[in-house]
Amino acid sequence: MTVRGDRYGAAMTDAAASTGTTRGAPGTGPLVVMSGVNKHFGPLHVLQDVSTTVDRGEVIVLIGPSGSGKSTLCRTINRLEPIDSGTITIDGQPQPQEGKALANLRADVGMVFQSFNLFAHKTILQNVTLGPIKVRGKSKGEAEQRAMQLLERVGIANQAGKLPAQLSGGQQQRAAIARSLAMDPKLMLFDEPTSALDPEMINEVLDVMTSLARDGMTMVVVTHEMGFARRAADRVVFMSDGKLVEQATPEEFFTAPKSDRAKDFLSKILTH
Amino acid sequence: MDVLIDNLPALLRGFRETVELSAIAALVALVLGTLLAAIRVSPVPTLRWAGTFYVNTIRNTPLTLVYAFMAFAVPRLDFQVGPFRAAVLALGLYTAAFICEAIRSGVNAVPVGQAEAARALGLTFTGTLRHVVLAQAFRSVIPPLGSIFIALVKNSAIAEFFAVPEATKVFDDLVRDNPDALYWLFAGVALGYVILVLLISAVFRFLETRLVVLR
Ligand SMILES: Nc1ncnc2c1ncn2[C@@H]1O[C@H](COP(=O)(O)OP(=O)(O)OP(=O)(O)O)[C@@H](O)[C@H]1O
Ligand SMILES: [Mg+2]
Repeated sequence: MTVRGDRYGAAMTDAAASTGTTRGAPGTGPLVVMSGVNKHFGPLHVLQDVSTTVDRGEVIVLIGPSGSGKSTLCRTINRLEPIDSGTITIDGQPQPQEGKALANLRADVGMVFQSFNLFAHKTILQNVTLGPIKVRGKSKGEAEQRAMQLLERVGIANQAGKLPAQLSGGQQQRAAIARSLAMDPKLMLFDEPTSALDPEMINEVLDVMTSLARDGMTMVVVTHEMGFARRAADRVVFMSDGKLVEQATPEEFFTAPKSDRAKDFLSKILTH
Repeated sequence: MDVLIDNLPALLRGFRETVELSAIAALVALVLGTLLAAIRVSPVPTLRWAGTFYVNTIRNTPLTLVYAFMAFAVPRLDFQVGPFRAAVLALGLYTAAFICEAIRSGVNAVPVGQAEAARALGLTFTGTLRHVVLAQAFRSVIPPLGSIFIALVKNSAIAEFFAVPEATKVFDDLVRDNPDALYWLFAGVALGYVILVLLISAVFRFLETRLVVLR
């Protein structure tokens, strides 16, 4: 009866779940600390005791077979998915569970989705200014000025007045990146940002991401683009069946993976 | 024909009452219907359940019964509502259930990813609902909302049984006084309703062309 409604309930709010209490000073130490994180979907144990850290300015590429939990891991970092146990701290602050504090955390963590998820009824410029105006409380003029700079940076300033549906996939994804950047995030999450793109548009998005990485943005990127990983990543994290199986530099990981599962996985993606 | 011209002031007064009644009831219905839609997609089960209960009860109740409740039962509870307010409430509360369902179908047509993107930017539940979800839901449900408002205008005629001097009541009174002119009166009043409905259709067609969402 309200099954369809529930879907929206889940998409717009936050079920309660436990988080930890370790607290450190903002501005020092690793930016993200995950420790002992567990997450179930019904009987499925999608994240199994996941512990890792993301340093400031570090670029991590998260790689692994389909269904291994990469998207879920990404989404737990800004709590789009609540976790069952364990702790996640961001910039020394334990993840808030709900309300304004959680909204504030999310404002500091940018997220770029596979399917862009631009707001269909707003122009590209309005997409980029919504967060700064409604969440950060900036004036319209200030927000628009900054938005135009960002659109310039991702190379689509001339599309500012158009609706998302009028843009190519690559342009939409660059707009989505600008929308995240407009919040001046401490960290950006990318969940397969180029998987929905035609091949000729993949590079325009990867180029923007590479330049972000060069500029020192902290990034967690789920992608199978090895070129990007080699160019931009500091560390590759290989995930399988809800566990972090192996972590290494891109060079080490792609040339000499240690675990059998990583070897198996790489042989599959390299031979197609 | 003369009977229409002679009684034009009375007829116009009747239609003015119809327009006022419908417009205020439409406003009540729109506000309440939107709130109902919001609670029906909210994460709080009790709220969702209450919304569902309201909508299912009202939608499956004859409008005349809702009117009768407002006109007879509510005054007994020591609520002094005049005939006009009772009619506004009856029509508004009744139509809200239909508006809720139209908006809810519009909400469900908005891709979930957009709501997630809004939350990921740091918008709250209400901010996400307002700036992203409802903003689009309204646009996609403009045609059904038009039909609902047209039905509302026609449903306002039931108010005549509760002594509201709207167009149909005026028509009945005139027929009583001029039984020979029944067909002229009928044609005149029907024309009045047709004009109202065409006006509403025109407004909604205009809104539709202005507010389409490209997907
Ligand atoms: N909302 C959900 N409800 C139930 N199960 C889910 C949900 N989301 C994901 N899952 C399941 O959890 C597992 C991990 O999913 P996840 O999307 O994190 O994998 P992934 O590594 O991102 O895979 P892919 O490469 O296909 O995107 C999968 O088995 C998936 O079916
Ligand atoms: Mg995924």
